[in-house]
Amino acid sequence: MDKNLITNPILKNNPVTVLVLGICSALAVTVKLEPACVMAISVTAVTGFSSLIASLLRNTIPNRIRIIVQLVIVALLVILVDQILKAYAYEVSKQLSVYVGLIITNCIIMGRIEAFALGNKPLPSLVDGLANGAGYGLILIAIAFIRELFGSGTLFGAQIIPASWYVAEGGWYLNNGLFIMPPMALIITGCFIWLQRSFQKEENKK
Amino acid sequence: MDTNKNSYTIIYSIVMVVLVAAVLAFVSLSLKDKQNENISNEKKQYLLASVGLGADANFDQVITEAIVVDGNGKVVNTATSNIAASEAFNISTSEQASLIKDGAPKEELRLPVFVASLPDGSQAYIFSAYGAGLWGPIWGWVSLKTDLNTISGVKFDHSGETPGLGAEIATPAFAGQFTGKEIFVGGEFASVAIVKGGAKEGSTNEVDAISGGTITSKALDSSIKTWLEAYLPYIKSLQALAATPMPIEGEVVATQENVENN
Repeated sequence: MDKNLITNPILKNNPVTVLVLGICSALAVTVKLEPACVMAISVTAVTGFSSLIASLLRNTIPNRIRIIVQLVIVALLVILVDQILKAYAYEVSKQLSVYVGLIITNCIIMGRIEAFALGNKPLPSLVDGLANGAGYGLILIAIAFIRELFGSGTLFGAQIIPASWYVAEGGWYLNNGLFIMPPMALIITGCFIWLQRSFQKEENKK
Repeated sequence: MDTNKNSYTIIYSIVMVVLVAAVLAFVSLSLKDKQNENISNEKKQYLLASVGLGADANFDQVITEAIVVDGNGKVVNTATSNIAASEAFNISTSEQASLIKDGAPKEELRLPVFVASLPDGSQAYIFSAYGAGLWGPIWGWVSLKTDLNTISGVKFDHSGETPGLGAEIATPAFAGQFTGKEIFVGGEFASVAIVKGGAKEGSTNEVDAISGGTITSKALDSSIKTWLEAYLPYIKSLQALAATPMPIEGEVVATQENVENN
């Protein structure tokens, strides 16, 4: 199997930084690392399996209602993820709350089904879906890492910035409240896009 | 086969919808018990947290009584065993919140009260609160010591407040501020005020709001106030029952010991 199928969506054609898809949830769930990780896993599972199912059914789907069929597949998987999280990972499902349901609206998923799964065999489609989900998840986790570290001074809820540094304890440090606010997620995403574009430009020259 | 025919399209969509509905119904049914158990367990833990106990405490030993009162302070139902199945435990506070909001007659309200016996021998009354936050409902439990004035602890939760901002109401750091505050100021009911910009030094009923979570803070403030107001007749009747004039803390412990000795 072509290894570009895996590396492309994660690096060169990352759905968030290159295709600029799925930005909305990058704003919503990246304040803390833990929900961002669960979101990344959930989205990866949904993109992977929806691509697989769509690819298995690709020759039977009536062309005129194919978007509706895709939507039903995605919605089915998202509701399954939501129900399973509620039953087996109740705490995290509460942190993610409405955003699990909003995976349905993540453009990456429909985009991959429409662009790839409907024209390819099941196995490559599954890999493509998973890799795109992973590419999305990677950026999500990177943004959440920066936002939680500078916004709350913690990682996965554990204090990283020493408590004695804080002004309240007689130190000099203050958490940067801007990192908690949604605009900062956009700014960080913007920085990632900038970094990747300038890096790729150099690579293209070689 | 021609997949573009109308009949094919219609049959395809019907089969698809029926199949998907069947799968979802099956999953929902098979996970329902587990999900309800999670919700019930969580509620138990939150009730315990509202009196400052961790998840390791034994719910059935701590919560000794579940009472349902109406808006006039009249006791409607009391359960002393199997609390998780009692009427009070299973009251939908969201329904009661909309009844309160719509100004329903006081005798139609059904408000849950839990009596907790703490390991240190003291007792606490746990009251509910429920209201609308910024994105969804917020709710919680406020426990009062036997003087029915001093807060012994609180626990709040929410369905979808912003992580890091409004969602901070669920953290121990925020809830910890409430412990020891008083809901009566100079004998008048004042509830607990969640103050933007910080509580005044030495105030008996003010706590700090969450920076960046103003709307959630305000919503929580008004939910607590509305609900404690609904409970007020019951709280007053308990106060009157305990002793007149209102006893101070040390005396309460003393009277309880006397009762036990008798």
